[in-house]
Amino acid sequence: MTAYLKLDHISKSFRRGSTETEVLRDINLGIDKGEIVSIIGHSGCGKSTLLNLIAGLTPVTSGGVLLEDREVNAPGPERAVVFQNHSLLPWLTVYDNVALAVDKVFGDTKSRAERRSWIMHNLDLVQMTHARDKRPSEISGGMKQRVGIARALAIEPKILLLDEPFGALDALTRAHLQDSVMQIHASLKNTMIMITHDVDEAVLLSDRIVMMTNGPSATIGEVLDVRLSRPRKRLDLVADRAYIAARESVLKFLYERHRFVEAA
Amino acid sequence: MTLAVVKTQEAAAPLAAPEAKVIALPTSQKTSFAKMLPRYGRSLVSNVVPPLITAAILLLIWQIAFGRAGATLPSPVQVWKDASDLIVDPFFVTGPQDIGLGWRTLTSLQRVGIGFSLAAIVGVMVGALVGQSVWAMRGLDPIFQILRTVPPLAWLPISLAAFRDSSPSAIFVIFITSIWPILINTAVGVRNIPQDYRNVAQVLRLNTFEFFWKIMLPSAAPYIFTGLRIGIGLAWLAIVAAEMLTGGVGIGFFIWDAWNSSRLSDIVVALFYIGFVGFVLDRIVGAIGSLVTRGTAAA
Repeated sequence: MTAYLKLDHISKSFRRGSTETEVLRDINLGIDKGEIVSIIGHSGCGKSTLLNLIAGLTPVTSGGVLLEDREVNAPGPERAVVFQNHSLLPWLTVYDNVALAVDKVFGDTKSRAERRSWIMHNLDLVQMTHARDKRPSEISGGMKQRVGIARALAIEPKILLLDEPFGALDALTRAHLQDSVMQIHASLKNTMIMITHDVDEAVLLSDRIVMMTNGPSATIGEVLDVRLSRPRKRLDLVADRAYIAARESVLKFLYERHRFVEAA
Repeated sequence: MTLAVVKTQEAAAPLAAPEAKVIALPTSQKTSFAKMLPRYGRSLVSNVVPPLITAAILLLIWQIAFGRAGATLPSPVQVWKDASDLIVDPFFVTGPQDIGLGWRTLTSLQRVGIGFSLAAIVGVMVGALVGQSVWAMRGLDPIFQILRTVPPLAWLPISLAAFRDSSPSAIFVIFITSIWPILINTAVGVRNIPQDYRNVAQVLRLNTFEFFWKIMLPSAAPYIFTGLRIGIGLAWLAIVAAEMLTGGVGIGFFIWDAWNSSRLSDIVVALFYIGFVGFVLDRIVGAIGSLVTRGTAAA
């Protein structure tokens, strides 16, 4: 059986004038349905580029992205993105931001009332119904990211792509949102790919952690299976052997074998 | 300060007794209303009194400078004596060419309205195209940069030749004068749409029309309104000059007509009309802009 999402020998080069820099080389990865996969690596290793390639926002130089055995090379709602800086439209309310996505994707298949209750259902998933009439400037960073997640979930994507979703948040808010993501995953069983540079976040959330080597020409260095049963409890894990071991091997990869090279 | 504290304590005290609740509410309302009234009055006074004082001083200087016999320009007293009918009643009609300045201003405003609306529609459309497409920008931007420096009145002869009528020519001059700031500002606004919003649109597969209405216009709205505000100012500048040359009913022609028949006081009154209307137009577009772009600032 082939994987749900397959990254097949992907390479990406950026051309600027006559110089060409290879950012990613020969990325091969299969992701199963319902899996949470984290991609971790030092900054500048092309993590976000890889996510943009999967999302279709940037075209691949060679290779291909296959979703259910069909190549995807343009952005589409079956691969929803939760952007690092939330990307909510500031002139729309929380409700209207989600509605923009829902009306576009389900405008033909759902009635007005169905769409309305679907929007509220998704806002409820991220506990944001109370702020439905607020504008993004009136809510906190964590709340904005919640709405961003609701907007992505509301279009029922086959794959949810999260680009350092909690990177800009404080530690407490981040922990809160990580718990929310685990709850959502427990009930919806969605497939997620998450870019992160936080080792604890990667181990806590993912089924597998993809570790990237340093750029230029970065590629997958190692893939770690995180064998921790779900639901995972933050506090129980602190002393869990498997958790500590997984955490240690990611740290070793990042700081021993592929130490960040300044101005590489 | 201390007074306010005492008052709230007084208002809070009867709250304990259930029957007294009804009394507590109107008293607290009364105090807040009484407090608000002088505050509004004070801000009104502080905003209105200074310009009134400056205006009075300027009128006084003007009167002293031109009040003596043989002065080249009329003094304020002279203007009032000659043209009080124009000042007091803007909307009188005593003959086909003897109408109040209000009517003339409305005629000019109608022309500005048509020309400016056309300029706003075409300017935003073409500006969006130039901002969105690199090739449209490369092809059109140099031409626009040259055309926009042509003074409004330089367009008049050629538009008279094309339209063979004064009214459409004046409207065309308004159009061609006010379109450039609208167009260029819209293009800059569209070019500055954050990549994040474009990504959102791409993931949702918004089509060109949806992108224009749902992302482009709201995102570029602050820029568009800056352009509209500059545009309406230029349009009002151009209409007066254009009407002086084309004739007809507008306020511009009135000034030219008054000059030809040496009614200097009428000209002075007309200048105040033009200044006042220009000020109001600018404020209207500004107010619409701040109303529409509320919440557009990136969070």
